[in-house]
Amino acid sequence: MNVQTRPLADLSIALDPQVNPPGAVEPVTTAAVIAPRLLSPGLAISLAFLFVLLLTAAFPRAFTQFDPLIGDYALGLKPPSWEHLFGTDRLGRDVFARTIHGTRYSLLIGLGGMAISLAFGIVLGILAGQRNRFLDEGTSRVFDVLSSFPGVLLAMLVVTFLGQGMLNIAIAVGIAGIPKFGRVIRAQTQLVRDADYVTHAVVYGLGRWQIFFRHVLPNVLVAVPVIATVYIGNTILAVSGLSFLGLGPQPPTPEWGVMLAESRDVLRVAWWPGVFPGLAITLTVIAFTLVGNAIQKRFEGRLA
Amino acid sequence: MWSRIISRLLTSLVVAWASVTAAFLALHALPGRIQDILAGDLEYPGLREAIAAEWGLDRSLPAQYLDFLLRILQGDFGTSYVLRQPVTEVVGSQLMPTVQLALLGGLLAIVIAVALALLTAGRGRISRQIASFLELVFASTPVFWLGILLLMAFSFTLRWFPVSGASGWKSIVLPSLTLALPTAGLLAQVLREAMEKTLDQPFVTTVRSRGVGELVIRARHVLRHALLPAVTLGGWLIGGLLGGAVITEKVFGRPGLGTVTLGAVLTHDVPVVLAVVLLAAFIHVAASTVLDILYLLIDPRLRAQ
Repeated sequence: MNVQTRPLADLSIALDPQVNPPGAVEPVTTAAVIAPRLLSPGLAISLAFLFVLLLTAAFPRAFTQFDPLIGDYALGLKPPSWEHLFGTDRLGRDVFARTIHGTRYSLLIGLGGMAISLAFGIVLGILAGQRNRFLDEGTSRVFDVLSSFPGVLLAMLVVTFLGQGMLNIAIAVGIAGIPKFGRVIRAQTQLVRDADYVTHAVVYGLGRWQIFFRHVLPNVLVAVPVIATVYIGNTILAVSGLSFLGLGPQPPTPEWGVMLAESRDVLRVAWWPGVFPGLAITLTVIAFTLVGNAIQKRFEGRLA
Repeated sequence: MWSRIISRLLTSLVVAWASVTAAFLALHALPGRIQDILAGDLEYPGLREAIAAEWGLDRSLPAQYLDFLLRILQGDFGTSYVLRQPVTEVVGSQLMPTVQLALLGGLLAIVIAVALALLTAGRGRISRQIASFLELVFASTPVFWLGILLLMAFSFTLRWFPVSGASGWKSIVLPSLTLALPTAGLLAQVLREAMEKTLDQPFVTTVRSRGVGELVIRARHVLRHALLPAVTLGGWLIGGLLGGAVITEKVFGRPGLGTVTLGAVLTHDVPVVLAVVLLAAFIHVAASTVLDILYLLIDPRLRAQ
């Protein structure tokens, strides 16, 4: 659902054995895209940020004394102050508390969607990466069909069928993400399949399944954490977009997209409810992207 | 080369056909009767019978499937039971504002990306760092938040542009900018990287040795090469713009396909959502086919294979 997806084509093109024969793998393009110098200080800050983010997701109450759901009407729309760092919203709820409590939702839905994409992407990608032309064509067309629907719209269709809710937007985002993971896994499977050590194993006389489980599968799965970190940011973006549209968690849930949708009504008089949750999304996505790119860079050329 | 073009066209047809089939299968795979799914939350006497008659639900599955295919081929997407109107009318009347928004947003994104790439590719460390930082920020910003920020700055504070609606050119400035910036961020990343690779090519040195100015080298020679990898992103770009337009319309309260679709999702108006999704898929498939064929025509190296 992209809402927005990155140029997903890149990674799979770069890993495609037809474009880059094994052994001559070009640096994976998306990683080279961000100037390397930006990474070192940026990477440290990103890692620290993600660590704090995980803490806020796990123990939101340690970070704020205010309740994310109950506010004091009399304190509605107060600008940021020392007491209410991010101000209060129309119902007098503390925006900082809501933003902190929102981390959990965004991360959980994002990870859930990602898990669905990955599960299907891995199975289908490995099938497509086999030498069997029929399997490859068949699965690749499944990817084509899924990616022919713009992500947001595909997700909207899924929500129409399944109804609104957190689990359902995770499923929606997950389905929309299957082709991008599937294609990368397909390319990775082909790389491994043609690698020398697999040929050696064949010559050595190992059985088909033995080769698959002992040599091919582990080396294909090596790529999974790399792909996952690179794309988790996009999944979070997609999820927040669907929540903003009102398709996911419903008010008064303190989810970032939901909070921003609510802020739209008070923008004329108050900027703070419309700024901080968005900042949280953007910073989270940037942090995941930088960390993902750094991991990807480390694995570059060594994926097979 | 012709065989490649024909096989590309055939693949696209297969994908388009498969997407219709997928929609049909999804409809039938859902738990519950089709009548209930299509009726959504509606309830009035004769509704379910009318749906059954329109969709031919009393007939065998293959017959229903053929009927579904034929109807879509004729551009008939059924009736919206919520709006009590043919879906084609509903979608047709709202198509233009969205197409305008998506086209303008796309154009703006390309202009911004090309300008950024032209100015910063292969330049000094600082300008590249600034550019890649900007690209990262744009690419990581949710469309709707960007819209909210622009609204705050330019509509509520400066009062330059209207807050919502779709009357006059002023009302489309902020929405198209909102749609353009995240796309431009990603496009610029790819374009700049391609330009930097091209700048290292021997032919650039040759051109430079003839005394051609740096900007001319970039705009006339390097950009043309660098555009090629960017063309492969075209399909993704169009899909992203269509999806982004839905969200942008919601932020700015603009009429259009997005507003209609969102309403349809919330009222379980399946025929309308299905039509919009299939239409978007067709546009996406058609556009990427054209781009892929263009790619073959532009790049002589691909023709030889």
